[in-house]
Amino acid sequence: MSSTFFTASPQWRWLIVAYFFLGGLAAGSYFLATLMDLFGKSRDRRLVHLGYLIAFPLVGLCGLVLTVDLGRPERFWHMLIQSETLRPMIKTYSPMSLGAWALLCFGGCALLSFVAVLAERGWLGWPLLRRLSPPAFVGRLVTVVGALLGFYVAGYTGVLLSVTNRPIWADTTLLGLTFLISAASTSAALLILLGFWGGASGDSIDALEHFDAFILVLEAIAIAGLLVSLGRIAMVWLNGWGLLLAVMVLGGIALPLYMRLRAPGPRRAIGPVLVLLGGLILRAVIIFSSDRLS
Amino acid sequence: MPEPMGFFTDTTVCIGCKACEVACKEWNQLPAANGGVRTLSGDSYDNTRHLDGIHWRHVKFIEQFTADRREGRWLMMSDVCKHCVRAGCLEVCPTGAIIRTEFDTVVIQSDACNGCRDCIGACPFGVIGINPVSGTAQKCTLCYDRMKAGLEPACAKACPTESINFGTIADLKKMAQARVGRLQGAGESRAYLYGADEGMLGGLNSFYLLVDKPEVYGLPPDPKIPSRNLKSSAVWSVLGAVAIALTSLVNFRNRGARDV
Repeated sequence: MSSTFFTASPQWRWLIVAYFFLGGLAAGSYFLATLMDLFGKSRDRRLVHLGYLIAFPLVGLCGLVLTVDLGRPERFWHMLIQSETLRPMIKTYSPMSLGAWALLCFGGCALLSFVAVLAERGWLGWPLLRRLSPPAFVGRLVTVVGALLGFYVAGYTGVLLSVTNRPIWADTTLLGLTFLISAASTSAALLILLGFWGGASGDSIDALEHFDAFILVLEAIAIAGLLVSLGRIAMVWLNGWGLLLAVMVLGGIALPLYMRLRAPGPRRAIGPVLVLLGGLILRAVIIFSSDRLS
Repeated sequence: MPEPMGFFTDTTVCIGCKACEVACKEWNQLPAANGGVRTLSGDSYDNTRHLDGIHWRHVKFIEQFTADRREGRWLMMSDVCKHCVRAGCLEVCPTGAIIRTEFDTVVIQSDACNGCRDCIGACPFGVIGINPVSGTAQKCTLCYDRMKAGLEPACAKACPTESINFGTIADLKKMAQARVGRLQGAGESRAYLYGADEGMLGGLNSFYLLVDKPEVYGLPPDPKIPSRNLKSSAVWSVLGAVAIALTSLVNFRNRGARDV
């Protein structure tokens, strides 16, 4: 038996599942908005704006969820500042420590881009704020740094789970990779849905759907790799959690992919909704199936 | 600088009286019941069941009986934080609340902990839990306050059979090796030390004399440091990021070419 089965569960439950899911959406939305902002066309502006507009509220919600989950929420700042010396608290070898800083800095970039969109759409009347969006240099810097931090925010959660001693989590090193790819697929799905309702151009949505199809294939490969890397430990999923994971792969990856390849139009919301649900289920299975093994 | 201090627990002389549990709770002012809820295990005389935020000492009752209950034995083991030389909890703690003391013990500072619970999952032995009174992660401090005053930890003081021995690690190792030698000389060939060797997490500053496999006592056979997965996880994640970036760039570049 793996030595990970002799440990205690940190009892990270729905709030942490929600954080992993929302953090992935915030990071992925920001990355895709940046990508279209820097390499897209003028008709992508609507989707770029939607990406930046959703990323900041989502990252704000992430901070709130994480704070509420603490045993002592009023001490959330102890993650960033040493409570006694008031010096910065950074441990480069602790994924949670670096993650707290990454989330803070990513939140800062998301806020600047959020404000830039408000300025671009004329909702904030201070012209200087428009320099916060590309092609202005400051805008390019903010979005590129934000997108890179977004990758960290989307992936470190899986690394954090592997850097414990819990069953399943610490028995593989592929959770960061899996969560990262899932963040890309779910955030593309979210932007597709927002694009439907927010009046984005058909061409922009097509590009995202095309991207999401590739990412869904990568996600299936990542989950297969996860199972292989777990080896005999994967036997613990011969239960309801494994069934739920199978449902996630079939309903949240295979079915949307099939729908996309077989019938690219007319556009339906069902595919992206399934991808989003799949991302949530994936995180719930990984978190709860280990939690139940205490 | 004081010498590294710790516990050597000789499970062969433990009688399961739980005096150590009571002494620990009294000295550290830990609640007797979890939020007022008293639970009985229903299948054992041991109702503590496991270490957590309000049980810093736990006397395990390992009841090994044949199906007809004609033959059997009870193994008793007073379990506690191992105060690992390479401590997983200390490694992951994002607030700096977990520190190594001048006695080479590992202590959670309750006034700095914010209850994120990363240390609970990182501990290879399942020692740490949230104390519902403080809302913070807690475990054995090896009675840091008593040691500062030149006293031995409450559990070792209360132990009536000298199963729990407190002292410098160097002295405890000598004592433990002599005890194993005596037991083996008397025919108890299964006696061995768990955690006294530096190969296990750099050495456990609370180590044990056992007479069965570690798993029988609920101890991991091969405990590891959580950061063993850090580099590999990070590399795979970076590869994933590169794959996503390439996929998106190729996708959007092709689209650009189509539009031209």
